This record gives sequence, structure tokens and C-alpha cells, in this order.
Amino acid sequence: MGLNLSIDTAVPASSAFGSGGAAKVQRPGNQALLEVRELTVSFPGEGGSRSNVVSGLNYRIEAGETLGVVGESGCGKTMTSLALMGLVPTAGNVSGQIMFGGRNLADQKDREWRRMRGRDAAMIFQEPMTAMNPVMTVGRQIAEVLIRHEGLSRRDAADRSVGLLEAVGIPSARRRADDYPHQLSGGMRQRAMIAMALACKPRLLVADEPTTALDVTIQAQILDLILELQEDTGMAVQFITHNLAVVSELAHHILVMYAGRGVEYAPAEKLFERPLHPYTRGLIATLPDPDRKVAKLPVIPGGLRSSRSPGCPFAGRCSLASDICRAAIPPMIEVEPGHHVACLKVSQ
Amino acid sequence: MSNPLLEIDRLSVHIPMRGKGLLSSGIKLRAVDEVSLTMQRGETLAIVGESGSGKSTLGYVVAGLRQQTGGSLKITPSRPHQNGRKPVQIIFQDPFSALDPRMTVEDIIGEPLRLMGQDRGTRRGRVLEVLEQVGMPAEAAQRYPHQFSGGQRQRLAIARALIGDPELIVADEPLSALDVSIQSKILNLMSDIKERHGISYFFISHDFGVVRHLADRVAVLYLGRLMELAPADEIFANPAHPYTRALMDAVPRIGRGRRKRGQVLKGEIPTPLNPPSGCVFHTRCPRATAICSTERPLLLPLVSRPAQLAACHHKE
Repeated sequence: MGLNLSIDTAVPASSAFGSGGAAKVQRPGNQALLEVRELTVSFPGEGGSRSNVVSGLNYRIEAGETLGVVGESGCGKTMTSLALMGLVPTAGNVSGQIMFGGRNLADQKDREWRRMRGRDAAMIFQEPMTAMNPVMTVGRQIAEVLIRHEGLSRRDAADRSVGLLEAVGIPSARRRADDYPHQLSGGMRQRAMIAMALACKPRLLVADEPTTALDVTIQAQILDLILELQEDTGMAVQFITHNLAVVSELAHHILVMYAGRGVEYAPAEKLFERPLHPYTRGLIATLPDPDRKVAKLPVIPGGLRSSRSPGCPFAGRCSLASDICRAAIPPMIEVEPGHHVACLKVSQ
Repeated sequence: MSNPLLEIDRLSVHIPMRGKGLLSSGIKLRAVDEVSLTMQRGETLAIVGESGSGKSTLGYVVAGLRQQTGGSLKITPSRPHQNGRKPVQIIFQDPFSALDPRMTVEDIIGEPLRLMGQDRGTRRGRVLEVLEQVGMPAEAAQRYPHQFSGGQRQRLAIARALIGDPELIVADEPLSALDVSIQSKILNLMSDIKERHGISYFFISHDFGVVRHLADRVAVLYLGRLMELAPADEIFANPAHPYTRALMDAVPRIGRGRRKRGQVLKGEIPTPLNPPSGCVFHTRCPRATAICSTERPLLLPLVSRPAQLAACHHKE
């Protein structure tokens, strides 16, 4: 699918996603665009205790790069993204560092978050209907972002939003701009949300399962769109999904999460070539392969349980687990360059 | 093997649209349009296609939850199903909304038997039997649906389908709402049940990985029409219809690396209110020529592989 960046004549050429974003990204030395250190998100639990939804997470994303965050329901992947956007519910407590462009976001004020969201970092969700205003036209919603962050006049903002809708592949964009979200198909709504998220050329796009509710054909289109926009703008992407196959086609690096912790973190090729953590291996093996039929699919025994035991959260389901695994939480160790794994059985 | 379990002949579901103005009168939504297929006993047929292809509507007709507006459907059970037992049962995508939250598991699963007038004692024995078949402990009988996870609830839904001793289960995307590690368990359970009880599945899915695993044959629907119908081994090795190939290419796969996908199908499925002329797929088809927009292709066997049928003027 070719990305059409030619825009309506009323709009200056520099106003689509093209080139501008890449120039905006500064990379002094080897500093990453985003560096998350010991991120922990906790909520009040029973009897005054606090329970960690995310614990001690570390990862980094370079400009222009995609990190795939993979895990099942309840692994903390969505809460991690909400923390990046300053959207953790008020009962939650965020600690650790979120270094973004050299600044620590973790101790930012609400006002600073509001200024940042949409401009420096933007987020898209699984169901655009929950993120969009149902009683405002799509074009108007995008224009609002531009008026707020870029100080455009109403008229210029309206023109630019049509250009953005075209750039994300919405046919007859000028007419579609006057549609309300419910009038668009699921795939078109997702495109419109991407246009809205990218209106101010953010340096980081956080995508939370943006293709999960879509047909495979439309999913392929949206993945291609994200890849093309990334090439054009140089934005970094944090792509959250439960589907390893989806991130394998998209990500440079992959972080596998289990029970709020990172269990494996590696360049994508390495992770798929030689997955090390028993949970990652299980996730890969358990995925039914359209190219190969097997008599019985391997399964990961048991289910995700909140564990109060001090050891590895996966120990209860792991075929390799022994007493040392149940004694203490295994640290994330770099077992070969760039390939990190939190498993005593592997790192020893 | 002489007479098939299920015979569908030129079955259509056309839904008249009510609306204002002259234009809308007489417009029909063609959810399913002249579909013909048969299923043998013990066979699993997968129905694949995008949203709006009519696959769920067809499943509902097979399950008796909806009436066709044209054509015929015949189910020939191998044994008598008395006392209101039905040879066809259905399980749904969302195991959360399929179970009454105010009833215990025993009452939910045993309800079909209660409606047949069986007493509580007989029911209880049979409930425990099907719970065991789906890998749930006997204690589950006294609990309520909210006390179970998504995967366990799907097991309960399967148990409820099994209690009437059906020959055919319509499964409408039964794995889509589950986590990957749970999916494989339910998939293995469905395979087991199929082998042990000789049950057939009319398996509606958009996931080719799952289809590869469970299906004996695959039917591909697009805008209510059958595009391809073939044994699973053949359709996966050599899809004949360009739509089937496009669907398979779109499936993300581990090991292809970044951006190594085949050509991505452009555009979206058109509205079934006003389907394209000729072959309904011609507006998105990379192989379309003039004949495709004027003549509706018939579903015909391939010369080289007669068990594989495709409705395409340019089939592979």
C-alpha cells in the first residue's frame, strides 16, 4: 500500500508527516529517546498493602525504532504504556525513572503531561471508539489537537486534518473529515486515530493492541501504515500486543512481560532465533502455525496467578523450575550481547 | 458415509432493510447468498472470511437460531435424538456473556436436561460426566460463572453443548477472546472431543493457524458467497482463489522478519447492501479482468485437484 503524502493544494507540503519529525529527533551520543529504569506501578491492595502491577521494568527505545511489548492479559503491558503517557489512574503510584529526551517524566506535573501528550508522545488504542469523541466529527477532533498544540487557526487546522486523513490512506478524506467516528469502519477508525495521534509529529507513538480487533487483511494494512509512517517521520514506536507473530513483523526489539516483570528482552531476530526464557519458548510453541499441522499443540500448564511467593513468578508453570527458582526473583541478566533474560536456569 | 450429516443447497439469507424514502424500499442485505455445501459425519468444516462475509449468519442458520430466506438445509442425524435433544449445539466467542451469571454451573449445564423433564439426580450425574470431559473438577458444579477465568468459562460452554449429546457443534470464533496460552488448551480439548465422540464442528474462525490445526475442510466466504471449498491440506498448500491467497498472506507469521509480508490486499469488504456485479471480489482482486465484473463465476472443481472447488474465472 503506497502512502500518499501529496496533499491538498491549500495545505503547505511540510504539514503532512513527512521528513519534519526525523529532524526533530536529537540523538546526542548514545542516549536513547526513551529510557525506562526500574519502573514500578503499584495499587493499594488488601489490608493497606500495595500490589505491584509493574515491577522494576527496564528498557530503552532509540529514535526510529520499534519495541514490541508482548504478554498475556494481566502481565502489566498496558499499565506500562499508561505510565509513559502519565495516564495511570490516580490510585496508582508510579516510581522509577522514565527518561524521555533527557528529562525524567516520572516526576512531571499534570500540566506538563498535558503539554507533552499529543505533541511529544501519542497513544493509540485497540478500540478507537473509546478514544475518540463520538459527538465530534473526525476532522474536527484532529483539528482540535492542531489548534491546541501548534496554535493553528481553525481554518488551517481543518485543512491540515484533511491532509492527515489522506496521508493515513482514508479515501475521499475531505468528505470523511465530516463523518462522526461511528460512521467509519473499524479499519478506517483506526486510521483516523493514527492520523490524530500523529498530527503533531510526536517522537514516540505508543500503540496498545491497535490491530487486535481487526480482520487479518485490515491488520496487515495498519501494520504497513505504521511502518511507512515510521520511515517517513523517524518516530519511535512502542507496540503492545499479545500476538508474537504481529510484533515479529514490526519490531526491532522485543520485551516479553510476565506478571508485571520483564522476563526476556532482546533484538527481535535473536529472540525468535533463540528464545531463552521458558515462558517465551512456551508462547512461541503454543501459537498454532498456519504452515504446519501438529497432532497436539504444546501448552503452558496452569494459568497466571497472583503469587505471594518470593520466587520467580513463572515458577509454578515452568517445567524447569527447582528450589532456587522459588527462593528469589531472578534478576534480568545479559547472557549475550543485547539478549537479556530473567531466568536462573538459563543464565547459570 | 452414504448420506451426509449436513446438506446445504443454494442457501440464502436476505434481510429486507426498512428505511425512509423510495430508495431504501426493496433493498435487501445479502448476508448469505446461494451457498451450497455438505458435511460428512465426524468432519470439521472451517468457515473463514473477513467480518461481513456472512460466516456467523450461516452458522446461526445451521444451529437453528435463524431462518434462511431461500434454499434448503438438511441435517441427517445418525441416531434418534429424543426428548427435545438437538443434534446441533452452538458455542460462542464470548464466554462471559454466554453463561447466566445468576445460575450455578450445575443449573446452567443441566438446563437442557431440565427442560426435557429429567429429575435433579439424573441431571447431576450427567453434569459431572460432561464436566470431566472438558477437564473441569466436580466442585465446579456448585460455583457461579464469575468464579472462573475466560478459558474455564469456554470449557463450561463446551460442557453445556455436550450435555445434549450433539452430533454437530457450531463454534463461532470460540478462541478469539482467549489469551494465546489458553487458546491452545481449548483447541486441544476440541480436538480430543472430536476424536472421542465423533463430533463434527462447523468452525467459524478468522485465524488460519487455528483452522490449520482443527479443520478437515475449509470454506472461504466473501460477501455471503462461497469463494473456495477444499480439503484443508490442499487449500493450505495451494489456495486456488485469489481471495484465499490474500487472506493467508495477511496472517502474521513468526520468522518472516520485518516487512516481509506478501502483497497486502487493498481496500475493505464492500457493503452487502449493494454487492459488486459479477464476481463480488473483483473490486479488490489483483487478477480481475473484464469478465469478472460481468459474470458471476461458478464454484467448480479444479482440473488438477477435483476435491478443491473455487469460484473464480482465473483460479490457480
